[in-house]
Amino acid sequence: MRLRTMSGIKLSNLLLCGWSGLVLIYLYLPILLLVVYSFNDSRMSVVWEGFTFKWYGQLFDELVAHLGDERRSPLIESLSNSVIIAAITTAFSVVLGTAGAFLLYRYRFPALRSITALIFIPMIIPEIIMGISLLIFFKTVELELGFTTVIISHVTFCFPFVLIAVQARLAGLDPSLEEAALDLGATPLKAFFLIMVPYLLPAIISGALMSFTLSMDELIVTYFTRGPKSETLPIKVFGMAKVGLNPMLNTISTVFIVATAMLVVFAESLKGTARRLPDES
Amino acid sequence: MNTATGQVIELQGPRRRPGVRGWLLLAPLLLWLFAFVVAPTAIMLVYSFCERDELGQVVFELSLSSYARVFDATYLKILLSSMKYAAITTVICLVAGYPVAYFIGRAREGVRNRLLMLVMVPFWTSFLIRTYAWMSILKSEGLLNGLLLYLQIISAPLDIMYTPTAVVIGLVYSYLPFMILPIYGSVEKLDNALIEAAFDLGAGPVSAFSHVIVPLTRPGILAGVLLVFIPALGMFAITDLMGGSRVPMIGNVIQNQFGQARDWPFGAALGMTLLLLFSLFFLLGLRKEQEG
Repeated sequence: MRLRTMSGIKLSNLLLCGWSGLVLIYLYLPILLLVVYSFNDSRMSVVWEGFTFKWYGQLFDELVAHLGDERRSPLIESLSNSVIIAAITTAFSVVLGTAGAFLLYRYRFPALRSITALIFIPMIIPEIIMGISLLIFFKTVELELGFTTVIISHVTFCFPFVLIAVQARLAGLDPSLEEAALDLGATPLKAFFLIMVPYLLPAIISGALMSFTLSMDELIVTYFTRGPKSETLPIKVFGMAKVGLNPMLNTISTVFIVATAMLVVFAESLKGTARRLPDES
Repeated sequence: MNTATGQVIELQGPRRRPGVRGWLLLAPLLLWLFAFVVAPTAIMLVYSFCERDELGQVVFELSLSSYARVFDATYLKILLSSMKYAAITTVICLVAGYPVAYFIGRAREGVRNRLLMLVMVPFWTSFLIRTYAWMSILKSEGLLNGLLLYLQIISAPLDIMYTPTAVVIGLVYSYLPFMILPIYGSVEKLDNALIEAAFDLGAGPVSAFSHVIVPLTRPGILAGVLLVFIPALGMFAITDLMGGSRVPMIGNVIQNQFGQARDWPFGAALGMTLLLLFSLFFLLGLRKEQEG
């Protein structure tokens, strides 16, 4: 009986391992094909006609021409819009998220549950609802759609992610650290910037990376809140993909997949430090 | 008296009453949320009770006509079929993702972190890029058809794109990591002793799984189901790319009201209906979790 159960466990472990392998292959195969085909020397993209760097060369040429003001490239322009929007969004999200997490930790607010629920809503609400409600709102207050409206929308769903990352780090904080600073005569502001900010830095950076990635990738909310001059890369890619397959899309996607993978590995290693540090101190 | 006060202070740590200063410091965040979350939802509610004139301008008069249209047979059918596809997607993600989450959660720590990273990369990669990858596979001139034709398994390309199957493939592919990660979180917390106890008491793998492991990982399952079902229900981009106009989903109908159709009140009414459904599912999930 016991023996049979043990071999049953071994068998189910083997099955689990095999299944997980298959699912991981399923998750990666389409992405890998995309990467491989970005090196394909064919306009029609499906038939393999030999290895080439020409699409990357073309992308680079467009970048150079655009930056040198020779030729306006809509693709590069949307990329630069996305980077600008993501950078400003991240700056706002870090300030709002860090300050929010710290204040909720520092003070016992009455109605804490309602405040927390309110913060979580933009994280979990379906994006389409957030998109249309913000569109109607901007129309009502007569704010012209453009960079401002896209950034406002992005900050609204990005800062809760920073707040949560910082909150997780604050949970492991020894309260005497800040108290000691205050006892030694530091002003609360000084204690915050000299003690709290350095301690929270790994969480802040990891939250900032998350917010940057989320903002760069966002399509749905941006779709409703963008103006004609604030097309982001996902909006542009969505439009191109609707028309059909395009070798340039493979190329720019590959650049993004590599960048995302690097960011994830970096953010995860930071989270590792964020978890380890409190035990060491 | 003294010791009692001392204890209270110790328990509170550095936390104190917010006072005017605390509230003032928190004010920007609260104002932000009121301005860009609460107010937009309230205005959307107002819009949903308005009408529009022939030019698409909104007429601010109390009217239930938009809601009447939501429950019109055409749109009700689209809403129900959207819920069906979202549900199919959720079930496939759960069945395919649970074993993976379990395997990662029970692996040795070094292996676990590496496997987790492998799930994180697709999780963070734009769903647009990942949908595009499937488009290039499934299109009639795509990789799958090319391969099958080359191997002479089929003589004419299969029409997979722009069918409900393609929509579900796209949705499952995009949301699978959203199912794996929360379940992994629950599995990681599982107490090994409980599973061993089940085996010692004579349970086979199947009964140990259904009587011990599933109930203990219920919070993760619920979180995963909500994280897949809710966004899948409102999605319009994946469905647009994979299903085209042949598979109308509620998200596409809403998107269209703010685009070509120019009927914002109707779009707002559909949005409010979706929000109501979403809140219902969410509260249901929350209650289930508290029961468990």
